[in-house]
Amino acid sequence: MNLLELTRLEVAYGGIKAVRGINLKVPEGELVCLIGTNGAGKTTTLKAIAGLLPVAADAIRYEGAPIGGARSFELVRRGLALVPEGRGVFGQLTVAENLAMGAYVRSDAAAVSSDLERVFSLFPRLAERRGQSAGTLSGGEQQMLAIGRALMSRPKLLLLDEPSMGLAPLMVQKIFETILAVAKDGVTILLVEQNARLALEVSSHGYVMETGLITLSGPARELLTDPKVRAAYLGEAD
Amino acid sequence: MDIFLQQIINGLTLGSVYAVVALGYTMVYGIIQLINFAHGELVMIGAMVAFSVIGALAGTQLPPVLIVLAGILVAVPVCMAVGYTMERIAYRPLRGAPRLAPLITAIGISIILQHVALLVWSRNPLAFPQIIPLVSFNVGGAIITGVQIAIILTSLLMMVGLTLMVYRTKLGIAMRATSQNPQVAGLMGIDIDRIIAFTFIVGAGLAAVAGVMVGTYYGIAHYSMGSLLGMKAFSAAVLGGIGNLAGAMLGGILLGVVEALGAGYIGDLTNNVFGSNYQDVFAFLMLIAVLVFRPSGLLGERVGDRA
Ligand SMILES: Nc1ncnc2c1ncn2[C@@H]1O[C@H](COP(=O)(O)OP(=O)(O)O)[C@@H](O)[C@H]1O
Ligand SMILES: [Mg+2]
Repeated sequence: MNLLELTRLEVAYGGIKAVRGINLKVPEGELVCLIGTNGAGKTTTLKAIAGLLPVAADAIRYEGAPIGGARSFELVRRGLALVPEGRGVFGQLTVAENLAMGAYVRSDAAAVSSDLERVFSLFPRLAERRGQSAGTLSGGEQQMLAIGRALMSRPKLLLLDEPSMGLAPLMVQKIFETILAVAKDGVTILLVEQNARLALEVSSHGYVMETGLITLSGPARELLTDPKVRAAYLGEAD
Repeated sequence: MDIFLQQIINGLTLGSVYAVVALGYTMVYGIIQLINFAHGELVMIGAMVAFSVIGALAGTQLPPVLIVLAGILVAVPVCMAVGYTMERIAYRPLRGAPRLAPLITAIGISIILQHVALLVWSRNPLAFPQIIPLVSFNVGGAIITGVQIAIILTSLLMMVGLTLMVYRTKLGIAMRATSQNPQVAGLMGIDIDRIIAFTFIVGAGLAAVAGVMVGTYYGIAHYSMGSLLGMKAFSAAVLGGIGNLAGAMLGGILLGVVEALGAGYIGDLTNNVFGSNYQDVFAFLMLIAVLVFRPSGLLGERVGDRA
C-alpha cells in the first residue's frame, strides 16, 4: 500500500509554478528519495505535503485520504512529520524543550518518555546537552535535534529535507546511519537530498527532479547505475 | 518624612501596575510583532467594569475585600472576551498583511473602545466608593498603605505566575516556540491560531486586574484613562526590550520609580521652575536617554532575530 501518493501535484508561488505536475509514490515501510539540483522544487514538494503551501486536495493522498491543503498542525496528529530544510530548531528553547515540542500532540506520557529515551540512545549527544539552548548547538547537533524532535511525534511518514546540508562528512555518515535505523524501526521515509549517491544507496526507490518535473524514477539500485544519473548527479563521466 | 523612601514606595506601586500592563504589550509583540495600541483600553475597560460592579455592591454589607474581588472576577472575563474578539475579528485577518495595516487597525480599535466606553459609562468618571478603610504603616519614616501593599503583592503574584506558565508549562513552551518560528511550530502540531488567541486572552486578563488596581489606587476610573497608562506601559516594555518578559517587568518598575522620584525631586532640582506635574516628562526623558544608548532596550535582543 502507498502511504503517500502524489498525483499531478502542482505548486505555485504567486503565478510561478515551482512544481509542475509530478507523480510520486511512497509505499508503506519504505525509504524513498527525491534528488535533484538546487532550485528543482524538492523543498516546495515537501512543504506542500506537510501542509505549508496551498495545493489541490486530490493531488496529495496520505493513507488513501486527500490531504492537499490541509493545515500542517492537523497533519502532525495524523502521523506526518517534516524535518525542514535548515533544521528549524527553536534556538532559544533548550534541547529538552525542543523535544517536548516534538511530542506536543501526544498525551501518552509514558510512551513519550520511552520515545525520549529512544531519541537519546540514537543521539547520546542530545542527552548530554538537554539543558542547553538549541541555538548553541553545532550544525550537526541541530540536525540530530531536528530529527529527534520529529521522531517524538511518533510519525508514520517522516519527510526529511536535506539532512546532510552543510555537515562534515563524519556527521553526514552519523545522520545517515540514524536515518537507516529509523527506517528499520518501520517508519516510512521520503528523503530529499542533494547528496545523490548517499541518498540512493540507502533508498529502495528514487525520483529525480528537474525544474519542477520528475524526469527519472525507479529502483534506487538502477538509478545508481543509470548513465544519465551518473553523469548529472554522481559527478562521474562515462 | 523621608521623601526618598516615600517616593520609592509610591514608584514601586505604580511601577508594578505598569509592569503588569507592559507584559501584555510585550507578549503580543513577542508572538505576532504587533504593537497592540488597544491594550491600554483593556485596562480602562477592566477598571470601568470592576467599578460598576463595586459600585453596585457598595451598599451591601459584604466585606470590602469580597466586593473588590467580585469586581475583578467580572472584569477579567469581560476583558478576556474583548481581547479575544479584537484578535479574532481585527488582527487575525491581517496576519499576512504589511505591518502597518494591523498597527493602524490597533489605533482604530483603541479609539472605538474609548467611544464604546463613553456610550456605556458616559463622560463622567466613576469614583471608587469609600469602602476600604484606610490602613497604613510607617516604615522608616515613610508611609505605605494597605492598598499599596495589595497592589504590589498582587502584581508580584501575577508576574511570578505568568513566568512559571511561560517557562514551565507545555503551553508556555508552545508560546515561546510560536514566537520564535510560527511555521515550524505548526509542524510540531501546534495550532498557532489558538496560541495567539490565548496570548491575547492572558494579556487582557492581566490588563483587567491592572485596571482595577490603578483605579483603586487613584480612586477614580474614566473612559480615557487607558491612553496615557497604555502609552507608559508600552514605553516600559520598550525600555525593558520589547518581546522580553523580564524586560517588561523591569521596565515597568523602573519607569514607575523614576517617575515617582521625578515627582518628588523635580522642584528641588530645577529650583522650582518645574513642578511635580512634570513627572511624565522626566520619565520619558529617561526613556529616551536609555534608548539612545541601548536601542533594543535594557534586556532586549536584536529585534527580528528569528530562527
Ligand atoms: N517562497 C518562495 N517564493 C517564490 N519562489 C520560491 C519560493 N521558494 C522557492 N521558490 C522557487 O521555487 C523553485 C523551487 O525551489 P525549492 O523547492 O526550494 O527547490 P529545491 O528545494 O529543489 O532546491 C525555485 O525556483 C525557487 O526560486
Ligand atoms: Mg531545498
